[in-house]
Amino acid sequence: MKLTRIVRLIVILCLLQSVSLWAQEAQPLQANAAVEVQVERLSTQLRCLVCQNQTIADSHAELAQDLKQEIREMAAKGMTDQAIIDYLVARYGDFVRYKPPFNPATSFLWLGPFGLLLAGGFGLFVMLRRRQKMSADVPLSADEARKVSELLK
Amino acid sequence: MKRGLIPLAIFLIVVGFLFKGLFLDPREVPSPLVGKPAPQFSLPRLDNPETKFSPKDMLGKVWLFNVWASWCGACRDEHPILVELSKAGFVPVIGMDYKDTRPEAQQWLDQGGNPYNVVAVDADGRVGIDYGVYGVPETYVIDKAGMIAYKQIGPVTYDALRDKIIPLVKRLQAQ
Repeated sequence: MKLTRIVRLIVILCLLQSVSLWAQEAQPLQANAAVEVQVERLSTQLRCLVCQNQTIADSHAELAQDLKQEIREMAAKGMTDQAIIDYLVARYGDFVRYKPPFNPATSFLWLGPFGLLLAGGFGLFVMLRRRQKMSADVPLSADEARKVSELLK
Repeated sequence: MKRGLIPLAIFLIVVGFLFKGLFLDPREVPSPLVGKPAPQFSLPRLDNPETKFSPKDMLGKVWLFNVWASWCGACRDEHPILVELSKAGFVPVIGMDYKDTRPEAQQWLDQGGNPYNVVAVDADGRVGIDYGVYGVPETYVIDKAGMIAYKQIGPVTYDALRDKIIPLVKRLQAQ
């Protein structure tokens, strides 16, 4: 009697355990996995214009959802990443891209940090040189020389 | 004395940039469509879904293309201004009801007045994407040849009408 109850309990526990096996990863809405991969890749590179510090992938804004759907349809038609990005840039401008292209307007953005690094490095170099010279060029006075030799005795 | 001048100069440059930044609206993204032909479409009209509106219908005229929706709060601010503008009758205003439902849009026009010559219905927002719409309301000035001459992001204000839109429309009409 008691044994059968224990066995029954074990069986029930085992069954409960297996419930977690029924859980699955969320299925992509579209059957075509390659298209989903492309949509995912592109939507993490494109800015949502409604909530400007989010990508289309992160955003729940309606426009972002619409754009994702638009990208999905273009991807399903076999358009390349570049063609899809060009399509969106033609409508929303370069701002839609998280990685802005290099052109005269963005050259400061791309080169500025290197310019600052060079200027800072140059400044540091000049300063260190000057300091080095300063410490090397000052001769000891007779009094100081006596103190030094006393200390070193 | 001289050593203090360099950090001060850098500080002033940074302050200059930040000061300029105070007056820039990051929500205003310049549209790449200005100077390009207005994208073509054919959408059902709000008053009669059987008939369609297409920008081609407006060739030869300077017109305003106003994207609005009944769910859009800022549209409420600009609506009376558009009504007044349409009463002046000096430029046709075409509306596009963006991602909205017909009954709500119709109710909005019944309550606030209808400033539009025609309202086209863009229920799924597809045409909106072609026009690069991201923040309703948006208003485009389109010239006689069907080119986009100007884009107003956000509500049309009296200031925007007086300083930008009306002078531009007059200039384009004279062409």
